[in-house]
Amino acid sequence: MVQIGLGKGQPGAVPGWVGYALLPLLNLIAAFALSGLVILIIGENPIKVLSLMLTEAVGYPEAIGYTLYYTTNYIFTGLAVAIAFHCGLFNIGGEGQAYIGGLGAGLVALALTGWPWPVVMVLAIAASALFGAAWAFLPAWLQAKRGSHIVITTIMFNFIAASVMTYLLVDVLIRPGSQSPETREFDPGVWLPSMERALGWVGVTIPQSPLNLSFLWAIACCVLFQIFLRHTRWGYELRTVGRNERAAVYAGISPSRNIIIAMLMSGALAGFVGINEILGVQHRILLNFTGGVGFVGIAVALMGRNHPVGIVLAALLFGVLAQGGGQVSFEYPTINRELVMVIQGLVILFAGAMENLFKPQVEALFRRRAASADTAGPAATAGRG
Amino acid sequence: MDDLFLLLLQLLGATIRVATPLVLAAFAGMYCERAGVVDIGLEGKMLAGAFFAAAAAATTGSPWLGLLAAMAAGVTLALIHGFACITHNGNQVVSGMAINILVAGLAPTLAYAWFKQGGQTPLLPSSARLPSVEMPGVEALGGVPVLGAVYRELVNDTNLLIWVTLVIVVATQWVLYRSRFGLRLRAVGENPSAVETAGISVTRLRYQALMVTGALTGMAGAYLSTGHGAGFVRDMTAGKGYLALAALIFGKWRPVPTLFACLLFAFTDAVQVRLQGVPLPGIGVIPVQFIQMLPYVLTVLLLAGFVGKAIAPKASGIPYVKER
Repeated sequence: MVQIGLGKGQPGAVPGWVGYALLPLLNLIAAFALSGLVILIIGENPIKVLSLMLTEAVGYPEAIGYTLYYTTNYIFTGLAVAIAFHCGLFNIGGEGQAYIGGLGAGLVALALTGWPWPVVMVLAIAASALFGAAWAFLPAWLQAKRGSHIVITTIMFNFIAASVMTYLLVDVLIRPGSQSPETREFDPGVWLPSMERALGWVGVTIPQSPLNLSFLWAIACCVLFQIFLRHTRWGYELRTVGRNERAAVYAGISPSRNIIIAMLMSGALAGFVGINEILGVQHRILLNFTGGVGFVGIAVALMGRNHPVGIVLAALLFGVLAQGGGQVSFEYPTINRELVMVIQGLVILFAGAMENLFKPQVEALFRRRAASADTAGPAATAGRG
Repeated sequence: MDDLFLLLLQLLGATIRVATPLVLAAFAGMYCERAGVVDIGLEGKMLAGAFFAAAAAATTGSPWLGLLAAMAAGVTLALIHGFACITHNGNQVVSGMAINILVAGLAPTLAYAWFKQGGQTPLLPSSARLPSVEMPGVEALGGVPVLGAVYRELVNDTNLLIWVTLVIVVATQWVLYRSRFGLRLRAVGENPSAVETAGISVTRLRYQALMVTGALTGMAGAYLSTGHGAGFVRDMTAGKGYLALAALIFGKWRPVPTLFACLLFAFTDAVQVRLQGVPLPGIGVIPVQFIQMLPYVLTVLLLAGFVGKAIAPKASGIPYVKER
């Protein structure tokens, strides 16, 4: 069985699923083991807390709705980070791009009171993409043309976005006479229908939850993402630049053009968070509605190996954490919502930064088994790696 | 005229107080970035420092144990960063990000469970806070026109850690450019294989640099919660770690310019507090948010090459893999 991945002139290779399934799983187990330790330190039973977390996230239909609502955000930001990764770029600015994207969606919804929701939805999707992409443009342009490091510029743009949005909400867009910095509520006619309402039209009843039609758009984005990246010339060029910039230049592909394209798409994808949050759930623009989704997107993309299927699965995992963790804090007086961030941080640390932690041991294990499987075979002599 | 002078002195005093944690964190970042390890986890380490300083000071009553705990927390996190990035060649940005998120969750979680005050630590009595230094001769110099006021407002009654920071600034300038460790540190950030060829361990040097980083960020956190403040509150650092990173870049990874970048950013903060809602002649009221974003805008402009040029250490961000 092990030998399926071996041979073919690649001595010592381990089967593919070790790389994209076994190692992430081991990392995940390590992250959760440490999370359990933290729960133990604060004096609770980790098994009980983690299993309650799971039940509260997927144990009953309403919970699943909430989990998928969180998942929607993470799919968008995960795709956003992934497309930049494919071009060799690290977009830390998903947070700011999502924030500004929400502004675009919200402005459309505010302006088009009385219009039918499908029209508003299409225009809001366009606006959130445009705003998100616009916020990613300057860092992209600076990286492509002036060589400014995109990690630092996107961090700076997150802070600039936060300041701009605070200014807009406190001084410009605030509902007259209101104390809290948020806009007026949108006209109910332009709200993005919740999944409960949408499925009601076809006769299916599900419990109420914040899950809305943007989930379908997220799935559609996954499909479009894959088609663009794997089946178009532009996707090919983008990946070529990501793999080897000099080779791309020799092939007549412009790196700076593709850097800008990748970042624009990244910003647009992050901006779609605004469709889910602003148009689908909050129905007004408010402060800090993003709450860290851009950063979680990095973890989602890393865990999902920058592939849409992986991203959906990883987004689901973080959705479960967000929903389950929030519920656990109601049950346990010693635990609050921030425990979720502890687990998130550990998952990012193990699945992202230490992704090769178990690699040498696991590979050695497979090599030894392969070697004993066919003694005197070529694999036995090629164990140096 | 006297009022204006006093206002200026108060503004400068506020600048120094705001700048202290920034300087400590930025200089912390300087050690590891000059050694070739990018650390965007300054924020998280600082927050951990703030929490553990306050927690230790609240339980033991000693600010010194608090300071020690903060530095230990910073060093521990720095070693985790090193383990991921140096030992396992992991992505340095991802590791820093993970540490930031981890601590942003861990500090309030532990505070919530240990002190049961909604994610804060108890208010510290002044005996459990890092003391300020009373200077002799304030009365005697009081009569001297300008000097007396400067001495009273800026020098007297300054927190101990501010003096320590001053020493660290001078020491860093010396260590980086005059000591053997500093020479090797700078070399390892530019060309690690050359350093390795000379028989010096890149891994060891980078770990050493990260430990200094951890200790200094912990100190920065301790200043926030036990020096400037009197206890840990949720999200206490509020982006200061990132601001320090911006200052470090703005200062082009060099001690003196970085110091001035920190002072500039702190000054804009001090001015912004004063300017809230005050109309300026000819301009009107400037929204505070525009002053708040100024450091970030300036850093972007610098990175774009419009205000000088920022060149990072050549090997920064690249894991060193020994040739076989």
